[in-house]
Amino acid sequence: MSEISLHRGISMHRIGAMILRYWYLLLSSWPRLLELVYWPALQIITWGFLQLYIAENAGFFARAGGTLIGAVILWDILFRGQLGFSISFLEEMWARNLGNLMMSPLKPIEFLLALMSMSLIRLAIGVIPMTLLALFLFHFNFYSLGLPLIAFFCNLIFTSWSVGIFVSGLVLRNGLGAESIVWTLMFAVMPLACIYYPVSVLPVWLQHVAWALPPTYVFEGMRALLIEDAFRADLMLDALVINAVLLLASFGAFLALLRSAKKNGALLSGGE
Amino acid sequence: MTENDAASSRPTVADRPPAAIEVEHLVKVYKETRAVDGISFSIARGSITGLLGGNGAGKTTTIAMIMGLVLPTSGRVRVLGHGMPEDSAAVLGRMNFESPYVDMPMRLTVRQNLTIFGKLYAVTNLRERIAALADDLDLNDFLDRANGKLSAGQKTRVALAKALINQPELLLLDEPTASLDPDTADWVRAHLESYRRQNQATILLASHNMLEVERLCDRVIIMKRGRIEDDGTPDAIMARYNRSTLEEVFLDVARGRVQETLR
Repeated sequence: MSEISLHRGISMHRIGAMILRYWYLLLSSWPRLLELVYWPALQIITWGFLQLYIAENAGFFARAGGTLIGAVILWDILFRGQLGFSISFLEEMWARNLGNLMMSPLKPIEFLLALMSMSLIRLAIGVIPMTLLALFLFHFNFYSLGLPLIAFFCNLIFTSWSVGIFVSGLVLRNGLGAESIVWTLMFAVMPLACIYYPVSVLPVWLQHVAWALPPTYVFEGMRALLIEDAFRADLMLDALVINAVLLLASFGAFLALLRSAKKNGALLSGGE
Repeated sequence: MTENDAASSRPTVADRPPAAIEVEHLVKVYKETRAVDGISFSIARGSITGLLGGNGAGKTTTIAMIMGLVLPTSGRVRVLGHGMPEDSAAVLGRMNFESPYVDMPMRLTVRQNLTIFGKLYAVTNLRERIAALADDLDLNDFLDRANGKLSAGQKTRVALAKALINQPELLLLDEPTASLDPDTADWVRAHLESYRRQNQATILLASHNMLEVERLCDRVIIMKRGRIEDDGTPDAIMARYNRSTLEEVFLDVARGRVQETLR
């Protein structure tokens, strides 16, 4: 994989080849397909009933219908987006195929673009049935959020890719021994992203940290939309700027980790 | 023809195509270990060269540096006239490799795997190319079977098909016949010979199989502890050590029994 020639042409043909590779893999394995739908469905059912119960017993939640279900769906976009990216990357490590790819004309940017595309495909397979369940079981129409939903989605998916690129670089450098970080890093973001509660709940010093994370802006924006019926474009723009910085930083980190992996011979071992 | 005419029609150094591989003062140090210790060699286009040496001799690290998978600590590698890894984009599409350290995705069928690698290497007329490789390498019976369900011999043939999918000018092979039965190994060697003949390709192979090296290679480079211990044609090396097989030479080198004639 050529890391130096990033400035030269990006080949859609090679990106398409990699997407095809992951698509073939998904189609060849029903457990992989089931896994994409299983957890999101469980999540929405559990949290949906909780939302119903709270709404019947608390005036605030009755007014703010859908904040919990909306938060669950948006969190799943963030989490599944990163997993969709990282699992496709891990498939190469598990299959010991990374050497073949690194030796091919595939460029790192093309590899990452293919992983991003796959995260969207995997996300669609998992989250669309989830939103339909929310609609039919709990009468929460996720798509009624309208245009703001696009802003929420874009910001969350950009963050998920940044995390995905960074953890993939870590696994590339440190081998499958670092695999657990793929599954757990996003949970470190969870308490600070204020998914189920407003930022004002946090101690003041921690609020500064929370506002450094783009998902915080999205969940605050979702609450503003569902509770106050107001779309906070300012929050979305701030999140977009932080996301741009995070994406650039994660890509730089990936290249540095790839270089370090080549320096240490990690691409030859690739194991633990 | 005058002497001057003859001289002007003779290829000059500038006209001659660069060597397929040029390695200069290559060093690779992993923490305390000096895996490759200042080796230099050049491999002519169209040749088959064997890289010999015991475990830990530095063969795989050398090949990995030529491929750009490992960065040298110091020294220079040029492949098909381009510096590696800084200009790898110019050559990666013109070379390929096979190694026991990598696998093809197990759940994908042979045809799917070859399709994906064909697309990565921008192979034109890919269907025809896969069909031709399937005929050449006898893959037709299991072309639509998952790679993970193949025998070791079948997997090796598939890996070879992947290595040949882009008709590479340079083929790097690390233990190409390891874990194969003698019949399949012989079949793979025959195919490599025929590929080199038909395509004027350059092949560099690392192997522990001395018979394989004797049969295939025009030249042998013997490595020990990261250094080049000897370099020449198989016949010249055997004569130098006063041995009748490369296996005996290998044992002499591995056990430090260097002949008096070499001293």
